[in-house]
Amino acid sequence: MPVITYREAVRHALAEELERDPNVVVMGEEVAQFNGAYKVTEGLLARFGPQRIVDTPISEAGFIGVGIGASMLGVRPVMELMFWSFYSVAFDQILNNAANVRYMSGGQIHCPIVIRGPANGGTNVGATHSHTPENVLANHPGVKVVVPSTPADAKGLLKSAIRDNDPVFFLENTMLYGEKGEVPAGEHVVPLGLADVKRAGTDLTIVTYGRSVLHSLAAAEVLEREHRISTEVLDLRTIRPLDFDSVLKSVAKTHRVLIVEEQKPFASVGSQLAYMIQREAFDELDGPIHRLATVDAPAIYSPPVEVEQLPNPRRVLQAALETLA
Amino acid sequence: MSKKPTAKEASPPSAPDHAQAPVNARLTPEDRVELFRKMVRIRRFEERSLRAYQAKKIGGFLHLYIGQEAVAVGCCSLMGPNDHVITAYRDHGHAIAVGMDPKPLMAELYGKATGCSKGKGGSMHYFDPSRNFWGGHGIVGGQIPLGAGLAYGLKYKGLKGAAMAFMGDGAVNQGAVHEAYNLASLWNLPVVFVIENNGYSMGTSQARSSAGELAQRAAGYDMQWGQCSGHDVYEVRAMMDKFLTLARETGKPSTVEIDTYRYRGHSVADPDNTYRSKQEIEEYRRTRDPIQLFQDKLLAEGVLTPALAEQIDTEARAEADVAADFSEASPFPTPADIQTDVYWEADNPADRRSQGRLFFT
Repeated sequence: MPVITYREAVRHALAEELERDPNVVVMGEEVAQFNGAYKVTEGLLARFGPQRIVDTPISEAGFIGVGIGASMLGVRPVMELMFWSFYSVAFDQILNNAANVRYMSGGQIHCPIVIRGPANGGTNVGATHSHTPENVLANHPGVKVVVPSTPADAKGLLKSAIRDNDPVFFLENTMLYGEKGEVPAGEHVVPLGLADVKRAGTDLTIVTYGRSVLHSLAAAEVLEREHRISTEVLDLRTIRPLDFDSVLKSVAKTHRVLIVEEQKPFASVGSQLAYMIQREAFDELDGPIHRLATVDAPAIYSPPVEVEQLPNPRRVLQAALETLA
Repeated sequence: MSKKPTAKEASPPSAPDHAQAPVNARLTPEDRVELFRKMVRIRRFEERSLRAYQAKKIGGFLHLYIGQEAVAVGCCSLMGPNDHVITAYRDHGHAIAVGMDPKPLMAELYGKATGCSKGKGGSMHYFDPSRNFWGGHGIVGGQIPLGAGLAYGLKYKGLKGAAMAFMGDGAVNQGAVHEAYNLASLWNLPVVFVIENNGYSMGTSQARSSAGELAQRAAGYDMQWGQCSGHDVYEVRAMMDKFLTLARETGKPSTVEIDTYRYRGHSVADPDNTYRSKQEIEEYRRTRDPIQLFQDKLLAEGVLTPALAEQIDTEARAEADVAADFSEASPFPTPADIQTDVYWEADNPADRRSQGRLFFT
C-alpha cells in the first residue's frame, strides 16, 4: 500500500472527487496559483484549471457565503480556510446560513458544502491562529464535524464529506500534514460517524481524536512497556455524528476512561463525552472519568511552553496514571 | 428628523415617462392589471397579518412591507426561468411577488405545520426554491454573500440568468455586503444588489447611519449602479430591466438603490414614535403611495376601471381572510417535528451513508 503524507492524502481526496463530480469546486485563499498556503492543493490548478480551483481574496465571510449560496443551486464547493481560526469572521455565514437554512426552509434546501483547513495549536502562532472550534461547530445541529488523525482517515473521510449532502466541517492539523502513513490508492471511503480503535487494550480506554491520537498512542507504548498497562486508544474521527456505540463498547471492556482532546476544557467535546459516558455506562465505570485538555488560557506563544499547554505524550501518560490510581 | 435630506420629490414634470420604457410599453393590459393586483394582494396580506398579530395569533417579530410593494412586484415581475431572488427579513412582499400562495405564508406566521417552512422558520424565513426564492434571512446583510453565490452557481453551470439580492438601507454598512460586492465585481457574477431604501435602519435614519450616497458605494468596486424611485412600479421595472439585462448578457453585477417608504414601524415591536413624524408618514401616503399612484396611471391608461379596482381589492381582502382561516384551522407541528429537517441524511434514511448519533440529549 502506498505510504504518503497526510497533506498528500487530503490532496488525493480532493483530486479524486474533482475528477468524479464536475460540480465539485475548490475555493479558498491561495489554493490555486500559490499552490496552497500549506501546499495541500499543490498542482490542482494545473490539473483542473481556474474554473475548478478558485483563488479568493482574504474575505472569508464573502467567499464562504458565496459557496453556501452556490451550493443551494447544486454546486459542491470545498472551501479552504487557511486556518480554521478564521471562522470567526465568517461565523454568520457558517453557523447561521449553512447550519440553519435547511431547518428554516422546512427541509426545502440542503447545503452540500465542505469547509476544510487546519485547526490546531503547537506552531507558535499565538492565540488568534490556534483555535480548535470543533466543540463550537458541533454545538450547531445541522452540521457535521470531522477531525481526522491519520493520512488514510484524512483521505477516506474527506471523500465522504464531499459526497455528503449536509454541511461538513473538516478540521485538519498543520502538525500532521507531514505525517506519513499507508493510504489505499484510488477509491477509499471512510464513513462519517465511525470511530476507529487505533490500539486495542484492556485496562484503560483513551477516547480521543485528531493529533491527540498520536500523543495517546505514544503514551500507550510507555504505559505498556514501563507500567504493564494495556491501553485502548479509540479515535473518534468524527465529532458529529458521533459513534458513541464504540465508546460504550470500549468502556465495557476496560472500565476506566481518559478523554484526551486539544480543546479548552470548558464545554468541550470532552465535556459532552464525559456526560454521555456517565449517563449511559455508569455501572461499567470503576472510577471517575478523567480528562486531559489544553491548559485553560489563550494559546501561549512561547515555543517550549506551548508544548506544555497542549496535550503531549508526557501529559497523557501522567493523566493516564492518575486515571488508574 | 426628516427621512433624509436628499429625498427626491415625486417625479418632476420633465422626468421620463417610464411607462414608455420598452419593458413597460410591451406589457399587455392584463399584465398591467396583474402588477396592480399583486401589490394590492401584498398590502391586504400584510394588513391581515397585522390584525392576526394583534389578536396574538403570531409570535415573534412581524416586519411589514406596506408602502414598499412596488419594489418587490416590479423587480420580481422581470424574472425569467434562471433568475433568482434572496432577501432579508421583510420578505412577505417578495414571497407573494414570486408567486407563493398566501395560505402557507400566513400559516407560517401562525406557526402551523401547513406553513411554507412547516412552522420552523417564521415571518423572517420564507423560502420557495421551486420559485427561485431563497429566503427570507434574519441577519442584516447576511444574505448578500448568498445572493452572490446564487449568481456564482448560475455562472458555474453556464445558465443565462441573474440573481437579485435585496437588502435594506441599513444593510449597506455590514461587512458581508462589501465582501460580496467585491467578489461579485472581481469574478463578474450576474447579480443585482438591490437596496430597498426606506430611509430608516430600524429607528435610525439614513442621515444618522450611512456616510455618503448608498448606491454610489458600488463605484468603489468598479460596479455600475443606479438609483430610482420605488413608488412607481414602471420606474422600478425600467431601472431593473437595464441592470438585469446587463447581468444576464454580460455577467456583470450592479447595485440599484430604490427609494421607498414603509408606513409601519420597523417591526410590530416598534412604537414608531421616536424617529419620524406622523406628518412625514401621511405625506408619503398622500403623495407617493405606490398602489394609489399605479391605480391612477392605469385608470388614466384606460386599463383599469374603478369597478375592477374595487373588485381586485375585494378579492385581495378575501384571499387574506381565507389565508387566515386556513391558518387558524391548520394544526401546529408536533414536538416530534422539532428534529426533522435538520439533516438531509436524517430526513433521507434510505440514502444515509454516515453512521453514529446525529442528535444529542
